[in-house]
Amino acid sequence: MRPFTFDSAATPREAIETALAWNGGANGTTHFLAGGTTLIDLMKLDVMRPERLIDINPLRSSEFGRIAIGDGGLWMGALVRMADAAEHPDIVRHFPAVAQSLQLAASQQIRNMATLGGNVLQRTRCPYFRDVSYRECNKRNPGSGCAALDGFSRSHAVLGTSDQCIASYPGDFAQTLIALDAMVDMAGPNGLRRMSFAELHRQPQSRPEIETVIQPGELIVSFFVPATPLARRSVFLKVRDRESYEFALASAAVGLDLNNGIVRDVRIALGGVATVPWRASQAEAVLRGSVLDEAAQDAAARVAFSGAQAREHNGFKIELGRRTLKRAIAQAAVLEI
Amino acid sequence: MRESDRQSDRSHAHSRRNFLMVTASSAAVPALGRAVSAKAAPADVSTSASSDPVAFVLEINERQHRVALDVRTTLLDALREHLGLTGTKKGCDQGQCGACTVLVDGRRVLSCLTLAASVQGHSITTIEGIGGRNGELHPMQQAFIEHDAFQCGYCTPGQILSAIACVNEGHAESDAAIRESMSGNICRCGAYPNIVAAVNQAKLSMRA
Repeated sequence: MRPFTFDSAATPREAIETALAWNGGANGTTHFLAGGTTLIDLMKLDVMRPERLIDINPLRSSEFGRIAIGDGGLWMGALVRMADAAEHPDIVRHFPAVAQSLQLAASQQIRNMATLGGNVLQRTRCPYFRDVSYRECNKRNPGSGCAALDGFSRSHAVLGTSDQCIASYPGDFAQTLIALDAMVDMAGPNGLRRMSFAELHRQPQSRPEIETVIQPGELIVSFFVPATPLARRSVFLKVRDRESYEFALASAAVGLDLNNGIVRDVRIALGGVATVPWRASQAEAVLRGSVLDEAAQDAAARVAFSGAQAREHNGFKIELGRRTLKRAIAQAAVLEI
Repeated sequence: MRESDRQSDRSHAHSRRNFLMVTASSAAVPALGRAVSAKAAPADVSTSASSDPVAFVLEINERQHRVALDVRTTLLDALREHLGLTGTKKGCDQGQCGACTVLVDGRRVLSCLTLAASVQGHSITTIEGIGGRNGELHPMQQAFIEHDAFQCGYCTPGQILSAIACVNEGHAESDAAIRESMSGNICRCGAYPNIVAAVNQAKLSMRA
């Protein structure tokens, strides 16, 4: 691991000011340290090379570490540990997909460490990104090419890819946030801003190294999930190579508002198959207003992957992704709420 | 660490140190530097340029240990290489195998992905700290022996710490729950059925 300086911040303002003062290159030379499960791992692998870490864990005693549930919805601080949200009784009951997506991620040890804010920003598991002996990686080494395009592509994305990057977004929780219309609050040099969580991540296009719209010095403060019919009837389904402690090959988060078998509203986000937490808007449009029968589910699943582009080894994800989505919709439909 | 890595770390450290001294004089530090160093505890590590050792205290198994470490040092390496607590094992060193599992404030975490400097002020428990004062085994250790819940034994300290936490978290109510809860601890010898049996036995005596 390369040398770095180590700070800790007692207030968000301290964290932001220090990050701004030290931010140098395009990738930023300062990183906030939360759970460390991505950052320390990638620093050991020499993939991430911050010159300075700012430990923001002391902020956990503030709103950054709190969960609050009110009539309006669920509010989760960015430094809440995954395990604490996953097992919160009110989240399990009223926001089932939130709990499921966190419970099905990683291991208990990692869920005890990793934070919600860090979770949505975790980096891809693309082996060519993680292994610096490959020079070609546009995410790690902008402009160098993409070794995955003609490499072993079984784990890679089929949606949202570009000719510069096909790395799959690895997380689960972000898909649920999209399916439940969540908002994200960020603090930065210009104060607070709130945006739809679905707009946080950027597709690779010609700049795979830029993964989100977060600006230098900005910190995620919290997530807000509105209490809607979509949240109550929500499901997160994850399909993977082994039963536990594995990243998704395909996943689907579905929030469904049903009225006498007719879809009043629906949100769908897909994981394991896309370069970003993927909102399947066209599939939502197919379902909205329709009777939720098998034909409608088939049509939605087809449309969701109509733009999919496979490489040599990941074509199976298209059919797997369709079936995963169909099953998630069916599970959401029969959920007893 | 390979010797070539050590050398490249050293030479890099040197050039980084020079860089940091230059930058520090251009007033980039003060904003946070003052605020952090004004705090009484934990120890101020904000001036820890590059690989200069930083002194702080770690509480391990209810004992205070004063250490002086490069800030890059993980909790795992601090335990094994600096404090002689070699019961905690290094498996993958990438957060994938669970061999390095320890408890921080009673919660199981991966010591290989934890910077030692980030857990000052917290209570750390390792395999060396779970037995009784007179050398009695913890009920989970006894159960692992009675159920032959290991073969080579390398993953066992991590399995046992993880299993203790599994019971304390209330995740040991069924075989399926134990397997799910223990999925972060890989056993290449495949002692999984025996580990589940050991957890089932120990959970009864741990409740007593």
